[in-house]
Amino acid sequence: MNSPDLQSHLVARRLRKSYGSLKALDDVSFHVGKGEAVGIVGPNGAGKTTLFGALAGSFPVSGGQITFAGDDITHDPAETRCAMGIARTYQVPRPFLGMTVFENVMVAARAGGGLSAAPATDHAAKILEQTGLFALANTPAAALGLLDRKRLEVARALATSPDIILLDEIGGGLTEAELVQLIALIQSLKDNGMTIVWIEHILHALIKVIDRLVCMAEGRVLAAGDPNAVMQNADVRRAYLGSTPE
Amino acid sequence: MTDYSIRPIPQFDRAIIAGAGMAFVVFGLLPMFGSALVVDKLTMLFIYIILAVTWNLLAGYAGLVSVGHQAFVGLGAYMMLRMVEAGVPPFIAIVAGGAVIALIAWPMAAFVLRLRAGEFAIAMWVLAETIRSLVMLDPYIQGETGRSLVVLNAYDPDMRRNTIYLMALVLAGAVIVISYRLLHGRLGGETQAIRDDEEAAGSVGVSTFRVKRIIFVLSAVGCALAGTLWLASAITFQPRTAFGIQWSVFMLFMVLVGGLGSILGPILGAVLFMTLQVIFGDFGVWYLAGLGIVAMLFALHVPRGIVGLLSEKMGREPITMQKLLNPKRT
Ligand SMILES: Nc1ncnc2c1ncn2[C@@H]1O[C@H](COP(=O)(O)OP(=O)(O)OP(=O)(O)O)[C@@H](O)[C@H]1O
Ligand SMILES: [Mg+2]
Repeated sequence: MNSPDLQSHLVARRLRKSYGSLKALDDVSFHVGKGEAVGIVGPNGAGKTTLFGALAGSFPVSGGQITFAGDDITHDPAETRCAMGIARTYQVPRPFLGMTVFENVMVAARAGGGLSAAPATDHAAKILEQTGLFALANTPAAALGLLDRKRLEVARALATSPDIILLDEIGGGLTEAELVQLIALIQSLKDNGMTIVWIEHILHALIKVIDRLVCMAEGRVLAAGDPNAVMQNADVRRAYLGSTPE
Repeated sequence: MTDYSIRPIPQFDRAIIAGAGMAFVVFGLLPMFGSALVVDKLTMLFIYIILAVTWNLLAGYAGLVSVGHQAFVGLGAYMMLRMVEAGVPPFIAIVAGGAVIALIAWPMAAFVLRLRAGEFAIAMWVLAETIRSLVMLDPYIQGETGRSLVVLNAYDPDMRRNTIYLMALVLAGAVIVISYRLLHGRLGGETQAIRDDEEAAGSVGVSTFRVKRIIFVLSAVGCALAGTLWLASAITFQPRTAFGIQWSVFMLFMVLVGGLGSILGPILGAVLFMTLQVIFGDFGVWYLAGLGIVAMLFALHVPRGIVGLLSEKMGREPITMQKLLNPKRT
């Protein structure tokens, strides 16, 4: 693998994150270029979600360095990274349960997006349209089912007007038609210049948008590069396809 | 130009707000015809409203449950005592003694807000006890004995009573209006996001520590103002009473019974609390037991308090913080 080029937007070098004796991230290096779409696959427990947490600043890492647009952000808190343009979704949705769908998105538009009340309202409403949540705008988030909660994750992240969005398994459970809509949404974000990192088990959906694929297992990167080449890699077939036959 | 907007405040809520404004004016004129007893009781009601609104801001909106905010009630009273001793006019010290607590709460926030929920509640209580012990070391306070604001005796009793009453009214009004405006702005959404999920709040750009600190400092100043007003009307400062856990019990009672995390809740809770105190206050221990029983009944049967009951009746929460999106492009 080539060393990350200078054009790279978000670069992680030799990240480590341990939970007790478990090495959730064991020397992981990762990069994504501006406007690029990168997919991440790997068996359960590979460390994919942990990588997102490290990149977004949800917790401190045990070692390694993260830079964004050339700045060292390794020790910056999550809100600073969000203001810089990094947004994440949570695999297990974490909506603000005491607020409505609209209010959830509104907080993100105002805090992360830095918008004042009127433009934030407009922005939030348009994102709700875009993510198919508009009809539920005034519904309490606590009343949403899992699929709508996942949509809310995407809407809330988008509301911060990010440069780069980290999407964690947002496609699971969707019907084929809904999946097509989701792919169209992500493709349109990409067409508008947004950088995308997408963790997804549904390979055929992933393949449609990504430029590059990273496969992780047991806290390490097994292979990275052209999606087809990665899927042909012997280690990947053993670790990933071997454990989850499709 | 924007395409979407937030629904305006409903007619009914406007009526409530207008009614509150009129009540404020009527209360303002009351000393001209009300008896001394009524003025005293209402002063206490306003102090309770300040306490309840303030504690609700902290616990109901930011999710920071404290059982140690008597630290600020006591400190406010102590600061006032000290300021008056240093020559500050007592009626100015009522406001100044409360405001100065911000300088103490600001650095304090750096420590206590790093703690998790349960730890925070306990740490605040420990701090309250520690601060009380420190204040008792001040020779001027004379340990358990305390001190009186004797300067106030120099004023005409009616003038003194009415001035403190009007100050309590204005400060209670200010606390209500400020917290309402604050919660309606960006900070309101941010505090609620932190209450619901602090990590997720950070991930969408909320400066969690900064927001919690602002709320914490405001709550400290609110309690301190209640403390100075209370000292001004009670005259005597005794450390065990000023820093007593009963303040936390009162705040908890008013907010839980009225409705945690609502605007009207703490106000209604304070009114109910004051009413109970007027009716049953002479029964001593039985009164406290009665409060406990009422609180328990509410916790079991009306978990969302009086405002919860009203919301069920009306189909929506009156004077809500909730912002509804207009469903149509404008
Ligand atoms: N907060 C935590 N405390 C302890 N262990 C954790 C924690 N978070 C993750 N782990 C462990 O770290 C490892 C990596 O978890 P992670 O969630 O990153 O995997 P993943 O690749 O996202 O898996 P999945 O496909 O199931 O989502 C797992 O063994 C997991 O149990
Ligand atoms: Mg995961």
